[in-house]
Amino acid sequence: MEKTESQKSSKRTESAFLNFGPSHPSMHGVIRIITELEGERIVGAEVEIGYLHRCFEKACENVGWTQAFPYTDRLNYVSSLLNNVGWAMTAEKLFGVTVPERCQYLRVIVSEISRIVDHLTCIAAAAMELGALTVFLYFMKAREFLYDLIEMLTGARITVSYVRIGGVKADFPPGFEEKLRRALKEIEKIIVEVDKLLTRNRIFIDRTKGIGVLDQQRTIAYGITGPLLRAVGVPYDVRKDKPYLVYDRFDFEIPIADGGDSYSRYLVRMEEMRQSVKIIEQALENIPPGAIAVDLSGREMTGADMVETGKQGKVRDYVGAKAKVDLTLDGTDSHGASNVRLVEHREMTLPSREECYGNIEGLIANFMLVMDNWGIKPPKGEAYHAVEAANGELGFYVVSDGTGKPMRARCRGPCFFPMATLHEMLIGDMVADIIPAFGSINMIAGELDR
Amino acid sequence: MSSTFEPVDNNTLKAIKKKFGDAVLEAGLDKGDLVAIVSPGKIHDIIVFLRDSPELDFKMLIDLFVVDYMPRKPRFEVVYHLHCLPRNERIRLRVQLDEKKCEVDTITDLYSVANWLEREAWDMFGVVFKGHPNLKRLLMYEPFEGHPLRRDYPINKRQPLIGPKN
Repeated sequence: MEKTESQKSSKRTESAFLNFGPSHPSMHGVIRIITELEGERIVGAEVEIGYLHRCFEKACENVGWTQAFPYTDRLNYVSSLLNNVGWAMTAEKLFGVTVPERCQYLRVIVSEISRIVDHLTCIAAAAMELGALTVFLYFMKAREFLYDLIEMLTGARITVSYVRIGGVKADFPPGFEEKLRRALKEIEKIIVEVDKLLTRNRIFIDRTKGIGVLDQQRTIAYGITGPLLRAVGVPYDVRKDKPYLVYDRFDFEIPIADGGDSYSRYLVRMEEMRQSVKIIEQALENIPPGAIAVDLSGREMTGADMVETGKQGKVRDYVGAKAKVDLTLDGTDSHGASNVRLVEHREMTLPSREECYGNIEGLIANFMLVMDNWGIKPPKGEAYHAVEAANGELGFYVVSDGTGKPMRARCRGPCFFPMATLHEMLIGDMVADIIPAFGSINMIAGELDR
Repeated sequence: MSSTFEPVDNNTLKAIKKKFGDAVLEAGLDKGDLVAIVSPGKIHDIIVFLRDSPELDFKMLIDLFVVDYMPRKPRFEVVYHLHCLPRNERIRLRVQLDEKKCEVDTITDLYSVANWLEREAWDMFGVVFKGHPNLKRLLMYEPFEGHPLRRDYPINKRQPLIGPKN
């Protein structure tokens, strides 16, 4: 049928609306994007968050300083050790204590392990969403090596609560360093393999290059840090620009790229993993012996196995012996139980589980620290401390009113900021490009919604 | 209010003190961080000055949030973290607000990310940001009543169940 002139001009140009999520696999069940489409091109978008909001800040304000650790595990649940370190260091800043050197090295090592885990997960998931299942399987294998190590060290795989205010939970178990070195070698090999699979892969480049572009000016205006900022050529990294722990002693580089698209972010993350491997190797090389926790006055605790000799005849028999504790309790595997360390001053750091369940002093110390309004009480004041998490600057701002609970605990979740710009990032792209653009942000709802 | 800031010789603080005089109520170093408490009416002007002066150049808003100091008066405090990339300098601005008149000028016209940050701050504390283009809840759902992070909001308070309307 021939069309009349009037019919041709009344061609509909109304845009269509498409709802993405929250029940869509690539939206992790927690994000909703309402897109406005013209054909298959996105002309507008609105992002809705809050589906995983569980009042992290309110919860922290209603428990003691020490009990907030399990909540911080659940911020970025892929790299929970980094969140632990961030919270502990903020509280320590408020107290004005510095942890012993060995503890700082331990924290650096676990932070970098976590960073590798996070980047592995991000790239694996992003590649899988584009159909590259091999990459996903390779990287999950690599991640498994690290999760095994984390489990060996902390007793848990994901929600670890390893770091304590003023210290860490446990020293390396026997054989850990060897195993870590071997795992890093394996991971480096896998990174090379994935590099071969993806970096020059026509399909991968077509799907990610020029997708989800943010220019430098907008990235800065949106306060974005981490790999996304480095992917627009700004070498900002808290580890270099405001060094904490012992990061200033290591030789590593901050990788940058200049595309500002999903592909550049992938390149930055790949290089960052290699740099993290480098940091861990240097840290393992240089880690000094010594104490792993402090007391409240900032003095180093003796790392001696037993200090209360003389007073406690029973305790002396305890040296080198395995504590008989219920094996279902975390951290009570063989190495931990034989590695018991008693501490003289128990005002700040929780005693080890073996000590807590193994003798009365440990039990009392633990009880005093966790009981309501009896635990550690920082001086009044405010403190902000930031660490470089896998997604960028993870900052905690705490306000203390001098009681046993934080008066305010604010968390700056690094992926909140790129998510605030997602609606602009998507404009001009196709519907199918939502997946790689969103995947390159590495949105972790735990720290986005808190 | 604590006046425990250490005095510090810093060009940024000098510049804002010179330009705004009495609007800078207190300034100094708090545990190594640059802090200034400024008066609520002037916050927008101060941030414009910090952002746009070429020698200050605080182009990045790192964080914006509210602290509830109940029962202190003034009760609320809005905290801004600004960052200057070239000089790697950071400043924290604090604005104290009374409960009766807890509103402050928006800075969405200066930093795009302030849009979400201010929405979250309003959602959680009920601090109004005057001139915000779309001041609605961000993390909580629309029919939620109250502002959950206020210290007088009971932690075990229940909200009425909501569901899709037929």
